[in-house]
Amino acid sequence: MSTVKAITGDVAVAEAMRSIEPDVVGVYPITPQTIIVEAYAEYVARGEVQTEFVPAESEHSAISICVGAAAAGARTMTCTSSQGLALMWEVLPIASGMRLPIVMFDVNRAISAPINIHCDHSDTMGARDTGWLQIYSENAQEAYDNFIQAVRIAEHPDVQLPTMVMMDGFVISHAIQRVEVLDDAVVKKFVGERKADYPLLDIDNPVTWGSFDGLGGWFMEFKKDQMQAIENAKQVSLDVAKEYAKISGREYGLFESYKMDDADYAIIVINSTAGTAKTVVDTLREKGVKAGLIKIRMYRPFPASEIVAALNNCKAVAVMDRVPGYVDIGGPLFEDVQVACYQEGVNIPLVNYIYGLGGRDILTSHIESVYSDLETIAKTGKVASPVNYLGIKE
Amino acid sequence: MSKKWDYKNVNARNIPRGAVIPEAGTADDYETGGWRTKHPEVDKDKCINCLFCYMYCPDSAVITKDGKLVGFDLKHCKGCGICAVECKKDAIKMENG
Repeated sequence: MSTVKAITGDVAVAEAMRSIEPDVVGVYPITPQTIIVEAYAEYVARGEVQTEFVPAESEHSAISICVGAAAAGARTMTCTSSQGLALMWEVLPIASGMRLPIVMFDVNRAISAPINIHCDHSDTMGARDTGWLQIYSENAQEAYDNFIQAVRIAEHPDVQLPTMVMMDGFVISHAIQRVEVLDDAVVKKFVGERKADYPLLDIDNPVTWGSFDGLGGWFMEFKKDQMQAIENAKQVSLDVAKEYAKISGREYGLFESYKMDDADYAIIVINSTAGTAKTVVDTLREKGVKAGLIKIRMYRPFPASEIVAALNNCKAVAVMDRVPGYVDIGGPLFEDVQVACYQEGVNIPLVNYIYGLGGRDILTSHIESVYSDLETIAKTGKVASPVNYLGIKE
Repeated sequence: MSKKWDYKNVNARNIPRGAVIPEAGTADDYETGGWRTKHPEVDKDKCINCLFCYMYCPDSAVITKDGKLVGFDLKHCKGCGICAVECKKDAIKMENG
C-alpha cells in the first residue's frame, strides 16, 4: 500500500502531486521550490500524468492561470517560494474571495533584501491574512501528507478556499529523508474528483465570475462568509485527518503537542525547528525538567482556544518566530498567541524569540537557552525582555 | 432574456458563494445610462448605415434593424461619444442630456 523512499522534501511534494494528478498546474520555478516544478515537468513529459502543465512567464501569471482554471472547474495546483509568493500577492485574495480551492506548495524562503535563498517564514507570514488556509510541515513526510490532505480540505463544501502548504527551504526541501509514499491508486481514491459549483466550462449553465460589487452590494457579507469558511476548516481538517489516518497510519491534529500533559515550560514553534526542539525536550526531561512543545500545523485558521487550553498549566511559554516582526511587540505567531491567551483570560508569562532569519542555523544550545530563560521567568514572575533574538552575531 | 436568478431578492443568506452570478449576460441589467451627461443624436439625411458606430460602441447601445441604424439604447449608452468620433459622415452629434 506504500513504499518507503529516500527522497528530498521537494521530491516528496512532487510525488504527492503525481499521485493527485491535478487537471491544471500553472507554475514558475524559484529556488528552493524549483525541484518540484522540474520533477513534475518530467512526469508530464513522460506521459505519467495527463495534467495541463502551463509554464508561466512569472508567478503573477502562474497564480492567475490557476484562478482561471479553478473557475473553469479544474483541480488546480501551483508551487512557489519567497519573491515568487510576493509577486503572486495581488491575486491571492482574489483566489480566496472567489472561493477557488487552489492548492499551493510554498517552500519557505526569506524575502529580500539582502538577497537570500535560505529558509525563514517571511514569505508565507506575509500572506497569512489573504484568506488562504495555511498548513505547515515539520519534515518531508508531513509535507507529503499535508499536501494530499490539503486537496480534500480546500475542496470541502463547507470550506471551498485556496490552501497553501509549507515546509522549510533547503533543510527540508533539499535534504534526503525517509518518506512513506502511498500508491497512486490509494491517493487518487482518497482525493476523488473535484466537484465545482459553478464551472465556467459548463456551457449549458453559463455563469458570471468576477463581477463588480459596489456600495449597494454584498461585499461585507461575502467577507463574513469567507471568515466562516476559514473557521469551518478547523473541523474539516480534523475529519480529513481521521480519514487520511486510515490509508496512511498517520493522523494529524490542528497542532502537535509534544510532552505537554504535565509541562511547566513550553515552546511554540513552526516547521523543522520543532525537530531540533524535540531533541532538547527529551534531554531536559531526562534531567527532570518538565519541558514541552507545541508545533503549529494549521496556522490559518488559527486554533486559538485549543492552543490556550494546551498551555493552561504552563508556568512560562516561549513563542518562536522565524520572521522579522518589524514591530517591537513581537512576531506574528507571538501576537496571535498573546491575543489568544488574553481572549481566554489566561495570564501566562509569554516571551518571543526571533530566530533563523535567512537560514541562520538554530542549534540545540539555542533552544536550551530558551528553556533556561523560561525557568528564570517562572521563578521571578517577570519577563525582562519580551522580544529577543536567538543566534545573532554580536 | 429570461432570468434564472432573481437578483432583486438577494439576501445575506442566499448570496452565491464567491460572488458568482449564476447566469450570463448580466450587463443587460446594469443600466449604465445613468452615467451619461451627453447623448448621441443621428442625422438620418447624412447617415449611410455603414454601422461603424455599431461596431465601435463599447456598450452595444446602437440599435439596428434590417442592417440600418434606427436609434440608441439610452438605458446603456454612457455618452462616451466614440460613435460621434468614428462616424465618417459626421452624422452623429453629442447633445446635452
